[in-house]
Amino acid sequence: MSGSGSDSGAPRCFQDVILRLQAYWAAQGCAVMQPYDMEVGAGTFHPATTLRSLGPKPWAASYVQPSRRPTDGRYGENPNRLQHYYQFQVLIKPSPPDLQDLYLGSLEAIGIDMELHDIRFVEDDWESPTLGAWGLGWEVWCDGMEVSQFTYFQQVGGHDCHPVSGELTYGLERLAMYVLGIDHVMDMPYNAPDAPIALSYGDVFRQAEEEYSRYNFDIADTDTLLRHFEDAEAECRRILSHPVLDPKTGKHIVMAQPAYDQCIKASHIFNLLDARGVISVTERQAYIGRVRALARACADAFVQTAAGGADEAAA
Amino acid sequence: MADLLLELFSEEIPARMQARAADDLKRLVTDGLVEAGITYESATAHVTPRRLCLSLTGLPAKAPDLREERRGPRVGAPDKAVEGFLRGVGLTRDQLEVRDDKKGQVYFAVIERPGRAAGEVAADVITKAIRNFPWPKSMRWGSGSLRWVRPLHSILCILVGEEGASPVAIDIDGIPCGNTTEGHRFMAPGRFSVVSFDDYAAKLRERFVMLDAEERRDHISSQAANLAFAQNMELVQDKGLLAELAGLVEWPVVLMGDIAPDFLDLPPEVLQTSMREHQKFFSVRNPSSGRIEKFITVANRETADHGAAILAGNQKVLFARLSDAKFFWENDLRIAKTDISEWTRKLENVTFHNRIGSQGARITQIRKIARILAHELFPDLSQGDVEYAAEMAKADLSSEMVYEFPELQGVMGRYYLLAAGKSPDIAYAAEEHYRPLGPEDSVPVRPVSICVALADKGFSLGSFWGFDEKPTGSKDPFALRRACLGAIRIVLENDLRLSIRDLFDSAIQRAVEIRAAAEDEFRSMNDEERKEAVQDRSDNLLSFFHDRLKVHLRARGIRHDVIDACLAMPGNDDLVLLVKRAEALGEFLKTDDGENLLQGFRRANNILRQAEEKDGVSYEGAPDVKYAVDDSERALFAALDNAEATILPALEAEDFAAAMSAMAALRAPIDAFFESVQVNTDNAIVRRNRLCLLNRIREVMGRVARFDVIEG
Repeated sequence: MSGSGSDSGAPRCFQDVILRLQAYWAAQGCAVMQPYDMEVGAGTFHPATTLRSLGPKPWAASYVQPSRRPTDGRYGENPNRLQHYYQFQVLIKPSPPDLQDLYLGSLEAIGIDMELHDIRFVEDDWESPTLGAWGLGWEVWCDGMEVSQFTYFQQVGGHDCHPVSGELTYGLERLAMYVLGIDHVMDMPYNAPDAPIALSYGDVFRQAEEEYSRYNFDIADTDTLLRHFEDAEAECRRILSHPVLDPKTGKHIVMAQPAYDQCIKASHIFNLLDARGVISVTERQAYIGRVRALARACADAFVQTAAGGADEAAA
Repeated sequence: MADLLLELFSEEIPARMQARAADDLKRLVTDGLVEAGITYESATAHVTPRRLCLSLTGLPAKAPDLREERRGPRVGAPDKAVEGFLRGVGLTRDQLEVRDDKKGQVYFAVIERPGRAAGEVAADVITKAIRNFPWPKSMRWGSGSLRWVRPLHSILCILVGEEGASPVAIDIDGIPCGNTTEGHRFMAPGRFSVVSFDDYAAKLRERFVMLDAEERRDHISSQAANLAFAQNMELVQDKGLLAELAGLVEWPVVLMGDIAPDFLDLPPEVLQTSMREHQKFFSVRNPSSGRIEKFITVANRETADHGAAILAGNQKVLFARLSDAKFFWENDLRIAKTDISEWTRKLENVTFHNRIGSQGARITQIRKIARILAHELFPDLSQGDVEYAAEMAKADLSSEMVYEFPELQGVMGRYYLLAAGKSPDIAYAAEEHYRPLGPEDSVPVRPVSICVALADKGFSLGSFWGFDEKPTGSKDPFALRRACLGAIRIVLENDLRLSIRDLFDSAIQRAVEIRAAAEDEFRSMNDEERKEAVQDRSDNLLSFFHDRLKVHLRARGIRHDVIDACLAMPGNDDLVLLVKRAEALGEFLKTDDGENLLQGFRRANNILRQAEEKDGVSYEGAPDVKYAVDDSERALFAALDNAEATILPALEAEDFAAAMSAMAALRAPIDAFFESVQVNTDNAIVRRNRLCLLNRIREVMGRVARFDVIEG
């Protein structure tokens, strides 16, 4: 199929880059998952990363995750900044010894010629105060441009990671613009430029950027958002406070993921409130602390589940 | 003799940690070897982004043999005792020696420990060094438990003797260990083996790795200067960036590119900061235009197109970055020109410190203090200007540019205020009121800047003292020591006459008032107690200033005891006066007269103190010349009166040199007095009168300084 994932020659459009990354990591043995169906600030929030990086069970997944950063909205006018963009995420546990080489292979797969470009690993330690998580790694620079984040997770939700997961995050728009030689994101071909109905990134997203920028900055009702934040927080706590024995089925069911959904929700609402400018510096810390407390509680619950390795610990 | 080569090959080590890591590796391994009896002739450590390397020469083949003797029980002692001894030394009974002793025969154990081979010791020492390496931040990876700065991939360790290289086996978490390593990640992939350090360094160079960080630094520095020079430009030096870049590449390739014309009108500080912080680029200045027109970047490889694609990519990234900066600059300028006061209004809602208050409240206080200082120091200055300058000095904290680049605070304020049509005095106060930024930085000299700078520092110091959040030990998050030293330098270098308390007393007062409304301990105080609370903190902060001043003056060669002698005098909150007095006293004490007079003073003081102690009274009454018996006694009376008559007006006029030379005239009469007069005579009236005369010496000299605290 021309223009959609052919692996020879340079990619021609945004979706080529995505399809090639998916194909590449599928070939390396990752489960190619789909985006999580909730609003998140980064691919790390997907349970396939946050929760699966916990506990002893091996894991390998990759996926595209739409990510929302309300404060980055620029009404579709800024060449690089968007309030809604895509990240491509890879998480492998335990981190394989050749992860750097695998990663460099992925750059070649999207058409970056290692013989002509300058790739550097520049120290950048990753920390997510809302997830109670941190790791060490780098920003990867290609000719001075940050193309990925490369992290060895050390702690998530307050739990030490054993074994350690290796996480790769690609900012897809920026990376694709670089590979395709595009200066303004809205000008980037989304599908094949010679398709019967050729669409640019702007055709697909410009209007949405405008609408959401206005909504995020000026319209979102802060009272409603504050209430929703409280609701999500309360629901998360309520879910986790239930006894693990389901009275209906008699089964041992910890509801870590439904609770985690509420944590994601609270985190996104916090971002919206932040964009509305109603959170002061001191309050900010308090809100982040509240989301982190939820993330910790969810992590505590997840490690008591089978996927979190509770059966192995018991065995 | 043998040489040891060790290389720890890992994923990319953060640039800022590399130099320290090389030192630590050298220290840990050489200390460990020496402790185990293995000496060495030379030790050199190297570091690149992917490898830590240590080369040792002149190691012995093995550690020296050890022989130890231990005295055991006497022959014929109970079996239990002998068996216990055998267990302790790990020998059998027939291995024991029997020696004669004064009281009979005793068992002796002679334990011989052959020295371990150098390789064996090195393996232990290196394993321990790796396990205990003091990285500022370390991590685990995969399923392992070893901690290193980033995943450690392989260890190369060989001992090179006359018969060639032999591997030193280091067994640590299954990490491959042998005599091989890798070259440049992209330009020469694949492993190769080495037989010595020279072989290692040469093969690395063939494989595009410059092992020596200093060589990489020099290479970048000279290449960059050459590129700039070839185009009649000059490189803007940046040592910190240079060191960082040398830690990011194994094979530095220096490239120079253009800054698009769209951005050449941005302030040079913005271009430099954006390029350095975001892109790690050097700035290149055109000396004829004075503008930053080009950039220099350092890549980690050579390419077939001589860096064309790399440079094009970097240029493109820079374009996007500078577009952002330009966007901020233009937006900010628009606001600055329309209504710059919008920024100060915004600061009302920004917290400076949760107890002290908002940035807006802080600015209001700084303005008040600045007005008072202006009134005292520069009566001719427009107080309106000073107040407005203080109000606007921090306006740029609301600008987008400073939000993006906090290190540009003040500098942007200057640009924006000038753009808003404000006078240079007001604009420069925004930049200069943060100064001095460190001991090397200059102090503001414009009167408006001086007032705002002192008020800013004084408000911070007074507030933190008022809330009892003084710096302790190494903790000084608000850089209060720097603020204090800065205020001292501004006062001294501009010769400003004021009570230093005027800088901070109002802030202390305000803090205590805020606390009186919020804290039980302060609420329950009456007015008198609150005044005392303010006074205590003011005194404490003044002595903090004095401590900083001592450190500052010691660097200028003024002894701390000389300063102490002046601190106890009136007007010690006037730092210029204090320093004048200390300088004059310091000079005086270096003269013969000063030295002798000090001896005379001590003698008088000692006699007086002993007498006062013995008699249980103080001899503070005025002596009467009519009880003087000796001529020298009468002469001293006259000399003291004369000296005092000169000293008092000299002090009044702050002519300390004149006061000191008036004191110098006391030397001869005091010496003569002690020469011919016995103070403790039998005649009680004469004795008493003489003691009071000694007290008069103490009094007259005490008008100039506290001579009793001077040492040596």
